[in-house]
Amino acid sequence: MNASTTPTLRIEGLAAGYGGFLVLRDLVLETRGRLTVILGPNGAGKTTLLQILATLLRPTAGSLSIGGADALREPERARALIGMVAHGSYVYEDLTARENLRFWETMRGGDAARGRLTAALAQVELDGVADERVRTFSAGMKRRLGLARVLLGQARVLLLDEPFTGLDRRGRKWVNEFLLGFKAAGGTAVVATHNFGGGLGVADRVAILGSGRLLMDRPATDLAPEELHRLYESLTDGAEQ
Amino acid sequence: MSACAKEPGHSAVSSYTKRAWIILWKDLLIERRAKENANALLFFCLLLLFLFQFALGPDRERLAAAVPGLLWLGFILAGLLGLGRSFLGERENDCWEGLRLTPGDKSAIYLGKLAGNCVLMTAVEIILVVLFGVFYSVDLWTPAAPLALVLGLGTIGLAAVGTLFAAMTTQVRARELLFPVLLLPVQVPVLLATVSATQALLLGQPLADVAHWLKLLAGADLVYVTIGLLTFEFVLEG
Repeated sequence: MNASTTPTLRIEGLAAGYGGFLVLRDLVLETRGRLTVILGPNGAGKTTLLQILATLLRPTAGSLSIGGADALREPERARALIGMVAHGSYVYEDLTARENLRFWETMRGGDAARGRLTAALAQVELDGVADERVRTFSAGMKRRLGLARVLLGQARVLLLDEPFTGLDRRGRKWVNEFLLGFKAAGGTAVVATHNFGGGLGVADRVAILGSGRLLMDRPATDLAPEELHRLYESLTDGAEQ
Repeated sequence: MSACAKEPGHSAVSSYTKRAWIILWKDLLIERRAKENANALLFFCLLLLFLFQFALGPDRERLAAAVPGLLWLGFILAGLLGLGRSFLGERENDCWEGLRLTPGDKSAIYLGKLAGNCVLMTAVEIILVVLFGVFYSVDLWTPAAPLALVLGLGTIGLAAVGTLFAAMTTQVRARELLFPVLLLPVQVPVLLATVSATQALLLGQPLADVAHWLKLLAGADLVYVTIGLLTFEFVLEG
């Protein structure tokens, strides 16, 4: 991965809903080679937005372009660039960490050689438990295993849904460092979270999503932590953090 | 044609086969470790045998006449339990989403799942056949080879539709109700052919006498598997 191949993620006029109820409306966002953190209270539409970006859900209006491909018309092209770590991290509890990676890498059509899998596990500091069943793992370890899958797949657009939930301080620091490394390698990352405890320190842009709208989208360097808290409180009417 | 020109097609077939295989490998490995389906189905088979025994009494002639129907009733009921659960594991930890995001032809997932279900059902059928032979003193060994052919074809037909419908209903709240309601009507040709062929074989008729039923089974299998392969991607994408 290098800067010349850094993909652009662009959405315009995006709207989405369930059964006539609009969850997202008129969203505009463009990011390339950056880490964008989308903050929002529960029910703001963060997961719906990430599912649309991952091409798992079709919007009711608007356009989505990933790496120059129209992701709504050609989701397969866009999916080749995407690495997604959702709430569940896509892990099978009764397989070992190495078996999980072998499974997903083979499904991706990649090289599932033992050495490659071990190297990916070492990168996320799970090589010591490579042959243990995931059922015995903590939430943080499962999250790291999900990230190892992304590393193996050489994804260039990383989508993380609430990656800091259930993690202790060390786990949050680890995910932040991972995000910095991913960004430095030319990747584009979008993190959706309701948690001020993670991601913001390494973000390039911070957006606030509330009631299905992007209420704010600014460079992270323009925002002091206190100002961000104040803005969040006022824009989301003090909704749950 | 040059080797280079052949390579992409060959590579696509190889990748498709590997993906179907890894699904089968994963399902069987999880089943071997968790034993969720295997244990429940084994216990269910034993219960069925006792229920049939109570329902029909000790009359050997009545039992012998009812064996083909009971045998397939057992397979269908065990199949409903086993097949209906075949995609539940994918819901855990959002793996269903992960499968949707994998590139390539999604029918490979269907093929791998179908193969896994066939293996599991065959194991259950072998146990049921052995138990039927022992419990009811029915000679299932003499026609074992032609019976295996009927069971094999019937299993593919049942698993082909069952795998597709299990995928369709796995995200539905009333899946336990919906799955049999969808599956059983579509299985009528398979049930008709398998029960009739099994009955004829148990009465000592040669395989040639049930050729028309075997043709019907093979035709149904072909149609069901083809429909499954062609429609699975739409089912997965919801």
